[in-house]
Amino acid sequence: MDSDRNSAAQPDVDISVLRESASAGGSPRHWRGLDELADTPEFQNFKENEFPHGATDTESKLDRRELMKVMAASAAFAGLTGCTKLPTEKIVPYVKQPEQIVPGKALFYASAVTLSGVATGVLVESHMARPTKIEGNPDHPGSLGASDAFSQASVLGLYDPDRSQAEIHDGRIGSWAEFQQELSSALGQEKGSGGGGVRLLTGTVTSPTLGDQIGTFLKAYPSAKWVQYESVTRDNIREGAKLAFGEYANPVYHLDQAEVIVALDSDLLTSGPGSLRYAREFARKRRVEDTGSKMNRLYSVESTPTATGGMADHRLRLKASEVEGFARLLAREIGLSAVMAPAASPVIPSSWIPALVRDLKKYPGATLIVAGDQQPAIVHALAHAMNQALGNFGKTVHFTAPLEVAADNQWSNIGQLAADIRAGSVTTLLIVGSNPVYDAPADLDFKTIIPKVAFSARLGLYEDETSALCHWHVPAAHELESWGDARGYDGTVSVIQPLIAPLYGGKSELDFLAVLNGQAKSSHDIVQGYWQAQRTSVPRFDAFWEKTLRDGVVADSALPVKQLMVKAGIGSDAPAATAQGLEIVFRPDRTIYDGRFANNGWLQELPKPLTLLTWDSVAMVSPKTSERLGVKSETAVELKYMGRTIVAPVWVMPGHADESVTVFLGYGRTKAGRVGTSAGFDAGWIRPLATPWIGAGLEVNKTGDKWALASTQTQSTMEGREPIRIATLDQYQKEPTFAQTDAQTNPLSLYPEVKYEGNAWGMAVDLNACTGCGGCVVACQAENNISVVGKKEVRIGRHMHWIRIDRYYEGGVDDPGTYHEPVMCQHCEDAPCEVVCPVAATVHSDEGLNEMIYNRCVGTRYCSNNCPYKVRRFNFYLYSDWDTPSLFGMRNPNVSVRSRGVMEKCSYCVQRINAVKIDAEKQDRPIKDGEIVTACQQSCPSEAIVFGNINDPDSAVSKLKAKNRNYKLLEELNTRPRTSYLAKLRNPNPEIEKAAVV
Amino acid sequence: MAQIFHHSTNTIARVSIYGAVILIGILGYAANVVNQTSYVTEVHNALPQPVPFSHKHHVAELGLDCRYCHTSVEVSSSAGMPPTQTCMTCHSQIWTNAQILEPVRASYRDSTPISWTRVNALPDFVYFNHSIHIAKGVGCTTCHGPVGEMNITWRENTLYMRWCLDCHMAPQKYLRPKSEVFNAFYKAPSDQETLGNQLMIDYKVKKLTDCTTCHR
Repeated sequence: MDSDRNSAAQPDVDISVLRESASAGGSPRHWRGLDELADTPEFQNFKENEFPHGATDTESKLDRRELMKVMAASAAFAGLTGCTKLPTEKIVPYVKQPEQIVPGKALFYASAVTLSGVATGVLVESHMARPTKIEGNPDHPGSLGASDAFSQASVLGLYDPDRSQAEIHDGRIGSWAEFQQELSSALGQEKGSGGGGVRLLTGTVTSPTLGDQIGTFLKAYPSAKWVQYESVTRDNIREGAKLAFGEYANPVYHLDQAEVIVALDSDLLTSGPGSLRYAREFARKRRVEDTGSKMNRLYSVESTPTATGGMADHRLRLKASEVEGFARLLAREIGLSAVMAPAASPVIPSSWIPALVRDLKKYPGATLIVAGDQQPAIVHALAHAMNQALGNFGKTVHFTAPLEVAADNQWSNIGQLAADIRAGSVTTLLIVGSNPVYDAPADLDFKTIIPKVAFSARLGLYEDETSALCHWHVPAAHELESWGDARGYDGTVSVIQPLIAPLYGGKSELDFLAVLNGQAKSSHDIVQGYWQAQRTSVPRFDAFWEKTLRDGVVADSALPVKQLMVKAGIGSDAPAATAQGLEIVFRPDRTIYDGRFANNGWLQELPKPLTLLTWDSVAMVSPKTSERLGVKSETAVELKYMGRTIVAPVWVMPGHADESVTVFLGYGRTKAGRVGTSAGFDAGWIRPLATPWIGAGLEVNKTGDKWALASTQTQSTMEGREPIRIATLDQYQKEPTFAQTDAQTNPLSLYPEVKYEGNAWGMAVDLNACTGCGGCVVACQAENNISVVGKKEVRIGRHMHWIRIDRYYEGGVDDPGTYHEPVMCQHCEDAPCEVVCPVAATVHSDEGLNEMIYNRCVGTRYCSNNCPYKVRRFNFYLYSDWDTPSLFGMRNPNVSVRSRGVMEKCSYCVQRINAVKIDAEKQDRPIKDGEIVTACQQSCPSEAIVFGNINDPDSAVSKLKAKNRNYKLLEELNTRPRTSYLAKLRNPNPEIEKAAVV
Repeated sequence: MAQIFHHSTNTIARVSIYGAVILIGILGYAANVVNQTSYVTEVHNALPQPVPFSHKHHVAELGLDCRYCHTSVEVSSSAGMPPTQTCMTCHSQIWTNAQILEPVRASYRDSTPISWTRVNALPDFVYFNHSIHIAKGVGCTTCHGPVGEMNITWRENTLYMRWCLDCHMAPQKYLRPKSEVFNAFYKAPSDQETLGNQLMIDYKVKKLTDCTTCHR
């Protein structure tokens, strides 16, 4: 637990007062958090001082006299710094230079990164054989060139100095050879029983090659059992399909065909397989070119606010357990009369469902109903039945065979495994990747049962909770170090190729299986051999293989469409009675997932969408429920569920369903590494096998303590001033220039007019597309060598992200609208930061860039003080890690690593601009539009960010800026920013909107 | 009341105050002088190398082109240092027993790279790109000096920022025709200004002095 958890000032927020003031219109129209609405002293402090008072010298013990001495000494030495001599360096060329390697030029390799087994195609940037940056692979159907925060951050995962570096045998260092010996003798003893005592535990396996290898193993040991387990399981999707069709199937959605989408507690735009593609297709259907444009419409019914719910035109707050009732009522209204209505109907505005169904029926075959991963199988089955009834099969949704090599009910299998171990029938337990001691259901108690197994071995990236209890731990190779393959969201196979030899001598999953199978083959030969056997019809396998590696996808490997019919009578049995009492909802964490990314500083510090929390997990409650429980944000409470208790901090979340508490998995790790260990609380401790996602009967008791949280939601504020502009499509059509203000027609300025000839860089951000997923933040961090500062520093407003995603609420505290706005340096033409810098460390370029020159910066912070957008970041301490050798390789060699005492900020990725400029100059041609892509733009799944030359009227960015939705932040200040925003539009159903007003 | 300080205190005070100012001035001047010396700048210091490679021999006497070894100078930021293999293309045939070439043969034999001492070094916060300078008519010897005359390579220029800016603010003083870029013995014509101004137009050379041209 955090040492400073008792020290935080508790924001004194009285929600009932806020509710009144919000409804009376006495508060800002758009607000960031309850603190702002209440205008608490804490919020005031952040508003008036970007870096709050008294925070500057938290670690300094200097008294005044001491300070004078140090100042005098540093003044004396200041003159001498000009005399430093560059250290003598060595140049070490190759002995034999590999083909294609040109020093100073990056190479890109197509590969894939997986999450819970499902692949996203990526291109990995490699500098002299060091992978430094992940981009999406435009040829991969699940990426289309975009990438999410998890895949971006996998680079840091690769270089993580806390990864395990040696085989460990019962706490002592062992060796790979010794392990192989012991393993084969253990397996030898099992041979007689056909492997009856052998259990192989893995994560979800979609890899055809790995599946084939496991198949070979199971053939040799026919009585052995293979268990796949994920804490963030997709069992409900599998079981839902089985319920509806009688067999497991994988749904694939086509949002580009859908005019009306209903998300039943689903976050399909920002999480789960295919979400990158879904976000892009969704955003394209909402692209508003002019007043004649149409938009799709998204309805969301959910308990825990998600980014998808934030994008919804209509969001209905329901407890997670009531979503089934909603689905049943909706199915009946659609015409599935066999569906039984719920015993107790959830509270839904009377006009909602009829209006929604009228909307759905307006577009036959062009609507989509999606059930969320955490909703029970019946909701999935009902969604399938409704999609079929609405004629959506084959249009907005199709089905394929499961992505998994062997689809199964993972949670019942892990329960069986635990029972087998308890019964003493497991003698050899081989764990590949999984961490059941941390993330298996708490009541299975893997911590006590694993030591009961005679021989246990684990392949893992870290020597974590599970490895500590196994006889053998074998360091795993990272995905960027291994050969392999995996299926994407639609079944397309990507071959995973290594970018670097294992840094810490890790073994890949295929290496491990090769040992089990007694093969003396490299994992490369195994993958290649598998595909050679699969593609016998290919005339030249070599050519096929090379093309596969270059493209990053195996041609024609998407799973074929399955024609399925929903069985009659779905939902005709009586619905399960809703359990009484306070509801508890378990969710994967939005940045560290099930805990596997706990030691990744980039993901820990990435503000979670909607809460903007970092470094912690919370128990989320609605404002109303918080009033009833008498708790506030940062109140530490004891959560008691099914006889287990855990202490958690409360977070009051506007828009959360009442009488429901959401907790997030992945925190409270005890052996994660220096970054992740002991951050947050372990919600998995109260998560039993019976209720993986939704339960009831939670008890909440105050402990009397406070738990300090680090959220960036009220930091870097722009004090109201309408930073975000929103209208409905209808309002926009009536008043197309609603986003514009008088300020635009008032060019009076004291500054001399500068004419930009040639290139003039600018950016446009379409707020209509941004889902707030946070991918751009991590992309920027990786590209620009941005350091991680830690929870304590984030709490006092010192996070270093060059791009932040502001989240605004509109409306009352209980159920506000949610909007996202990415804000980076606006590159003002009349930049307020430049005139106040005493040493000209921030100046303007001939192409309109606001440049930051680290070497000139003396750290006065005047620029940051004068920046109305609050986008400048200061290195209060030496945040960059200059000492850990493994991290040196990770850094982008084209961007300086900053030191203590300098200011930094978004540079519009000037290193990328310069690289393209140099190429174009050498070829004596103008720069093509779209040739320069900033890191944030490249990662964005919904194409919200566009960069280019605003002097070229035909460039994409100029065209966006010419639109009538275009506006600039704080335009009245006349800073003339180069970044502009396109106002957000909503497309509400007039029938429901009217009913809501009345 | 009696005086606390003696009369002479005034003089002592004056001397020490003026003296301190003068002393700081002298120290500053001395520091500046030291800074210009080759002790600090390394200019004209031939640094010891594992193999006493002579550019004079290879360039002036044998006539090798710069790009035979520095292969990426036209395409990349880095000019490229030759792998041992490049040395061995010739030295597996000639001077095969020469003692001074033993480190080269050893490197090739044992697959251990040769560790050269860097002669022309820039600080890490400077992002210099060879290829664009080559493409715009900046000759190798403009910055690297008379490489064809160097037995052991030395640094010809300080590579200080003011030295860079000298050319970046007035490229016409140094530009040469593209055909002469790799000519190690190029002599600038007497009317360099005229030629330079013409080349600036022909090669579309701009006076780049934005900070982010080199620093980012």
